[in-house]
Amino acid sequence: MFSVFSMFASPQKLHAKGVMGMNKRNGAYIARYNDRSKYPLVDDKLKTKIIAQAHGATVPKLIGVVAQQAQVKHIHEMVKHWPGFVIKPARGSGGKGILVIISHKNGIYIKPSGQVITEEGVERHIGNALAGLFSLGGKNDVAVVENLIKFDDVAFDGYSYDGVPDIRVIVFKGYPVMAMMRCSTAESDGKANLHQGAVGVGLDIATGRAVRAVQFDHPVTHHPDTGKALNGLVVPNWQNLLTLASSAWEMTGLGYVGADMVLDKEDGPMVLELNARPGLTIQIANGAGLLPRLQNVEALAIPTRYPCADERVAYATQQFAVKAQF
Amino acid sequence: MTSRVPFYFLIAILVIIGVTLSIMRHQDYGVPWAPSESRQVWDIEARIEFVASGGPAKVSLAVPHTQTGFTLVSDSASSSGYGLSYINTDTGRRAEWSIRHAKGAQTIYYKTQFLVDPQASVSIIPPAKKDLLIPTFSAPQQAAVDAIIAQAMERSADSITFSRELIKQLNDLDNQNASLMLNDFSKVDAISKLLASSNVYSKTVGVVELEDGRRRQSIIPMIEVWDGNVWKLFNPESNEQRVQSNVLIWDESNVSLLDVMGGKRSKVFYSMISQGITPMMASKRKVMADRLLNFSIHSLPLEEQAMFKTIMLIPIGALIVVFLRVLIGLKTSGTFMPVLIAVAFVQTQLLPGIIGFLLIVGTGLIIRGYLSKLNLLLVSRISAVIIAVILIISVFTIVSFNIGLTQGLTITFFPMIILSWTIERMSILWEEEGAKEVFMQGGGSLFTAVLIYLAMTNPYVQHVTFNFIGSQFIILAAILLLGNYTGYRLLELKRFKSLAES
Repeated sequence: MFSVFSMFASPQKLHAKGVMGMNKRNGAYIARYNDRSKYPLVDDKLKTKIIAQAHGATVPKLIGVVAQQAQVKHIHEMVKHWPGFVIKPARGSGGKGILVIISHKNGIYIKPSGQVITEEGVERHIGNALAGLFSLGGKNDVAVVENLIKFDDVAFDGYSYDGVPDIRVIVFKGYPVMAMMRCSTAESDGKANLHQGAVGVGLDIATGRAVRAVQFDHPVTHHPDTGKALNGLVVPNWQNLLTLASSAWEMTGLGYVGADMVLDKEDGPMVLELNARPGLTIQIANGAGLLPRLQNVEALAIPTRYPCADERVAYATQQFAVKAQF
Repeated sequence: MTSRVPFYFLIAILVIIGVTLSIMRHQDYGVPWAPSESRQVWDIEARIEFVASGGPAKVSLAVPHTQTGFTLVSDSASSSGYGLSYINTDTGRRAEWSIRHAKGAQTIYYKTQFLVDPQASVSIIPPAKKDLLIPTFSAPQQAAVDAIIAQAMERSADSITFSRELIKQLNDLDNQNASLMLNDFSKVDAISKLLASSNVYSKTVGVVELEDGRRRQSIIPMIEVWDGNVWKLFNPESNEQRVQSNVLIWDESNVSLLDVMGGKRSKVFYSMISQGITPMMASKRKVMADRLLNFSIHSLPLEEQAMFKTIMLIPIGALIVVFLRVLIGLKTSGTFMPVLIAVAFVQTQLLPGIIGFLLIVGTGLIIRGYLSKLNLLLVSRISAVIIAVILIISVFTIVSFNIGLTQGLTITFFPMIILSWTIERMSILWEEEGAKEVFMQGGGSLFTAVLIYLAMTNPYVQHVTFNFIGSQFIILAAILLLGNYTGYRLLELKRFKSLAES
C-alpha cells in the first residue's frame, strides 16, 4: 500500500511550494485574464506575426502562405531560393504539424534528423494542414511557410540536438514571471516539445542562467545526446529577450500568455509564437511553483500609467531572481 | 474578482429542487428509493396507426385481460376526437373507437397496466363444441397430415404431449411431410389445422414478449391447447413447451387482433416498461395522474418513456467523464467519446463490446495506415475510414453469425462516425507521438467507457435516474461544482512529485 502512496506527492507540500495545477490554471488564470475574443490573435500564427510586426517586434521572415489545395504544388517554386524553411499550420495546436526542412535539392527535402522527405511528402503534409488535421476542432487552415531560423550556435552549441532551442516565457499581465529553454533531443525528433522528450531548462529571470533541467518531468543535469552539462547554459541578450516577450501584453491584451522566443544569429531575439494556454511543465523545469510569482503580480497596485515593458522587466528581474539548483 | 456567492446560491437551489422533486415523487407517487426485488408492474402500450380515408372510421382492437401470471390493474386509451367503448364479446374483450370524419394519418394509444401475480384469479372459458371445425386438405396434403398425426400419436400420451410432438415435427427441417405443410400454411396455421384434424381444441393467440424498455414490438402468434382443464401455451418456433414468465397473451379472440373500417395500412406496435411499485400505489398514482396536471416524463406515451430511460443515463456518463478529467486527470481521446462507447456497450454487453471495439479500432488503424500512404485529402480519407469501419462491422457480424456467436450481431450498435474519427485521431497520434500515447489515450477512453457502462447498467442508478427527475438536478449541481474545483488532479500529484521533494 505504501508504495502506491509514495508515487504521489502530498497536495499540502505542492501547495506550500505554490505549484499550480491544470484546474487552477484553467479556472483562476486563463478563464479570468484571457479574454476569449482575443484568442484568435494567438491561435492563428499568421495573425500573431502581423500584430507582432506592427508592434515593432522581430519575427521569422515570412516566405509565403499556402491557402488552397490548388496552390500546394507551388510550394517548390516558393522555397526555391530559401535554403531552409519551416511549414506551420497557422492554427496548429501544441506544436502539431510543424515541418522543418534544413536543406533541399532537386526535389529531395532533408529534415533536421537527416531523414529525407520527397516532394509528394511535403505536398501531403501541406494538404493535411489545409484540411485542418492539426488545428483545434479540425477547422480548415492555411499553411505558413517561413524562413528557417539560424540559431545562435555559439551560445547554444551542444545544448540542443538536431533542432532550434526555443525559450518559453510566461508573461502575466505584462510581467515575465518564469522562463525556460526547450532543447530538442534525439528522442524528440528535433522538436522542442517537452512531452515528446525535449529537455526543459529552467532559466533565472534575473540573469538568463540555467536553474535546473528536466526531461519527461524528471530532473537531469546533462543533455542526454551531447552529454553537455546544462548548468553552464546562459542565454545571451537576456534583457532584450525578456522585454520583447513582455510586449506580448501590449500586442494581444492577453493577461496570461506563453511567449515562445528564439535567438537568431543575425537578428537577435524573435517572437516565434504566442500561446494562450501555456503548459505547466515550466514549473518542474524551474523547480518552483508559479503561484507565488503570479500572486505577487496580482497584488501590485495598478498605477494610472501602466508600466512599460522595460519597467516591468526591471521589476521582475528584481523580484523573481533565484539560485541554480544543480 | 466576481463574487462566488450567486454561484453557490445556484448550486443550493439546484440541490433543493432536486431533493424536493425526489421526495415529492417518493411520497405522492409511491416510487420506492431503491429498485425493489418485486419490480413487478408492467406498463404496456399499444400504438395503432392507420391512414383514414376521409369518411367515418371504426377501429376495433382485441385487448388483454387477467390471465395466468398477470392481473390487469388498469387500462386507458388516448385518442383525440374518437368515441371509445369496451365490448365484451364471446371471444373476449375488445376496445372500439369510432369517429364520424377522419382523414390522413391517425394514431390511437391504448395503455394497460399489469401486475405480475402468480396467484392471478383466472376465469377459464372452456372451448365450445362448435369451435372445432375439421379442416379439409388436398390429396397430397392429406397424406402428409396423416403421416404427421400418426407419428405424433404414436409418441404421445395426451393432448399436451401430442401438440409438443407435432411442433417438433414441424420444426424438423428434414421432415418432408412437414415441409409440404409449411409450403401451403404458416407454422401456426399448420399446427392449428393438424390439431383440429385430431379433435384437439386449440386457438391461435397473439402474445407480447415483455422486456423492459422495448419499443415498436410486434405481436407474435402462438398456439393455446386445451388439456381438459386449462389452456396451455405453445410457442410454434420452439420445441420445448415451457411457461415463459415474460409472455403476456394480448389477443385471445382467435378472430382478429385489429379491425379497421374506413382506413387502410393499419399497424399496431407495442412499447413496454416495468416499474417497481405495488398495485396499491399504482392505483393511487393513477388517481393522482388524473387529478393533477402531470408534467413528468411519466405522462408521455410509453414509446417515448422507453427512449428516455436511456437518455436519462447520459448525464451520469457525463458526470463520470468530468470527474475523471477534473479530479483524476485521465486522458481520453475525444471528450465524450467514452459515453457513446458505453451506450454501445449497454446494447452489446461488456465483453463482446470490448472485443468488438478493439477489433474495429485495431483493424481500422491497419487500414488507415495503408490509406495514409495514398496521399489523400483529409475529408475523403475519413470517409474512406467510415466505409472501412462499416465493412469491418459487416464482416465481423457475418463471420460471428456463421460460427454461431449471436453476440457478434450486436457489434452494429457502435457509433460508426465517432469510431472513424477515433481511428483517424489515434492514427495521427501514432505518427506524431508514438504508440505509447495511443495506448495511453485509447486505454483511458476504454477504461472510462467501462466505468460508465458499469454505472449505466447498475439497477440502482437506472432506477433513480429514470424515476426521479430530481436526480438530474443534483447531477447538474455536482457537475457545476466540479467545474469550480481549482485544486490538484490526482495524476498531477505524480507529475509534480519531483517538485515537492526538492
